[in-house]
Formats: sequence, C-alpha cells, structure tokens
Amino acid sequence: MPASPQTSAPPVRFGVVIFPGSNCDTDAHDAVRTFPGVRARYLWHKDTELDGLDCIILPGGFSYGDYLRSGAIARFSPLMDAVGRFAGDGGLVLGICNGFQVLLEAGLLPGAMQQNQKLKFICRLVSLRVENDSLPFTRAYSKGQVIKAPIAHHEGNYFIDRDGLDELEANNQVVLRYCDEDGEATAAVNPNGSVSNIAGVCNREGNVFGLMPHPERVCDALVGGTDGRGVFESVISRVTSGAEL
Amino acid sequence: MKAKVYITPKAGILDPQGLTIERSLPALGFEGVSNVRVGKYIELELPGGGDADAGDKLDRMCRKLLANPIIEDFEYELIEE
Repeated sequence: MPASPQTSAPPVRFGVVIFPGSNCDTDAHDAVRTFPGVRARYLWHKDTELDGLDCIILPGGFSYGDYLRSGAIARFSPLMDAVGRFAGDGGLVLGICNGFQVLLEAGLLPGAMQQNQKLKFICRLVSLRVENDSLPFTRAYSKGQVIKAPIAHHEGNYFIDRDGLDELEANNQVVLRYCDEDGEATAAVNPNGSVSNIAGVCNREGNVFGLMPHPERVCDALVGGTDGRGVFESVISRVTSGAEL
Repeated sequence: MKAKVYITPKAGILDPQGLTIERSLPALGFEGVSNVRVGKYIELELPGGGDADAGDKLDRMCRKLLANPIIEDFEYELIEE
C-alpha cells in the first residue's frame, strides 16, 4: 500500500463500533479523523473481523435501549466476543460512556454501573484529574493534570467493593477522577455518587480503558474545547511508536 | 414450567430509589418503615416439563444476564404447573 502523503508511517486504524442504539459513533469517528495519518471505519455489532485494527472504540449511546441494565445485552453481540479476543491479545479498547458500561458488563473491566445517586440524567462539563499518565490512552497528559470534558449519563455511578477498590489502587487502574478546578476530588464535585470519585478505569494490563466522560466531544476548540484530544493522541503515538504496553 | 425471578440491590449498596420511597412514606402517615429496596421482578417460562436442571439453568441465567452479581442479589421460584 502506498504511503499516505502526510506521513511516511502506516496509518493508525481505529474501529468504531455501532450497536443498535449507539449514538456517539459519528462523534468518535469524526474526532479520530481530525488527526493526520488516521483511518477509521465503523464496525457493526454483528461483525467479527477486527484484523488490522489498532484501537477499537465502543461509543456512547443506549445500546439495545439499555434494556435490563446498560450494556447488559450489548455484551452478547457477536462483535463483543471478537473484542474480548482482541483485548486478550493486547489490542487497545476504549469504551466511552455506554461503551464503558458494555465493558463492565462484559467483564473486560472491573466493577459495575448503577443509576446516578440523585436519579437524574446529568449533562454538563466536569473537571477530571488524570491519575495514571502511563497508559496507551493517557501518555499525552501528566499525572495530576486537570482536564475538562462533558458527561451525559443516567447510569454513571461507578461501584466496586472495598477489596476491588484496593486492588484498583494498588495496580494504578484508576485513570480519571471527578475533581474541582483545583484538582481536589471532593464529595461535593462527585456528580453521580461514584465510589472514590472514579470517572474512568483500566484493566490490569492497561490496554482496555473505560470512562464516563466524552473525550470525543472535546476535540475541537469550536465546539467546547480540546482537552479530549490527548486520549486519541496517546493512542496514535503509542501505535506509531510501536511501543510495548 | 414457570419461574419468578426477584432481583434486588445487594445489601450495603445504596439504593436511592428505595431511600426516596422510604422518606415519602411518613408523609402519608406510614411511620417507621425501613429498608425499602427497589428491584426487578422477571417472569419467564422454561421449555419442557419437569426439567431436573431447571433450577441450575435459572441460576446460570441469573448470574450471566438477568442480574449483575456485582451489585444485585437474586432469588427465584420455580412453579410446577
């Protein structure tokens, strides 16, 4: 294949999953395509062929109407078996909002999601503190950095039991916390009741990352900010450098 | 064979719906009601009659799909017709 004109490196290939009821797939697709040297294609929930992809994005939305529990039905899609194998082989998987919920239900990430403590859908910009800056998804940030991204969910109240939380902390798997503008993760700024203000976690290996905020919605200064770009930049630089996890 | 499945938030997990209901009851004169938990009730019909594995199947259904054992407890009843 001829090299693309912008760069001599092979393109970084993203796959954006569409479940019935996904609604942030286009946002995610368009966000990654603002980066040079990126190719993105949509994956239907019945697809099982993920060859050649560097990163799979499970976007936000209401997969399968969020029936039973958010993500509970989507995890049984044919595609999710393939995503499980892809992740098992070290492939990068990013779950945003509903995508995070699907990863939790699929057991690819630890914990579970409950309804927001105040039982309201929350849609607003929040401050987030980067807790782990050494992941393939977060290397463009620095530890302790405060970024802003919108949340838009009714079930973002992350739960994990005491032992599970200790394990997350010990393995540096808490990636983002809700915080105030100074980076303090206080109860007052916890929007949804999440355990320990957790907004995003990764698996033990660090190649699967789920978060409730929407980085793809803050990739353009014209529409709200650019703080989310670091997530995709990190993935792209990880893939192009060929670095090991 | 019919089955009734009851799913409730695990003990120790905050249930805001239950709490809201609990706090509303005194306004109607029902004092002292505690531990209100809001869950789900699922009815289903299992194929065939007298399946010895029905309980085992139902248990697996609950663990894999009907409930999320991280945050929910479940109980079920099997009803012979």
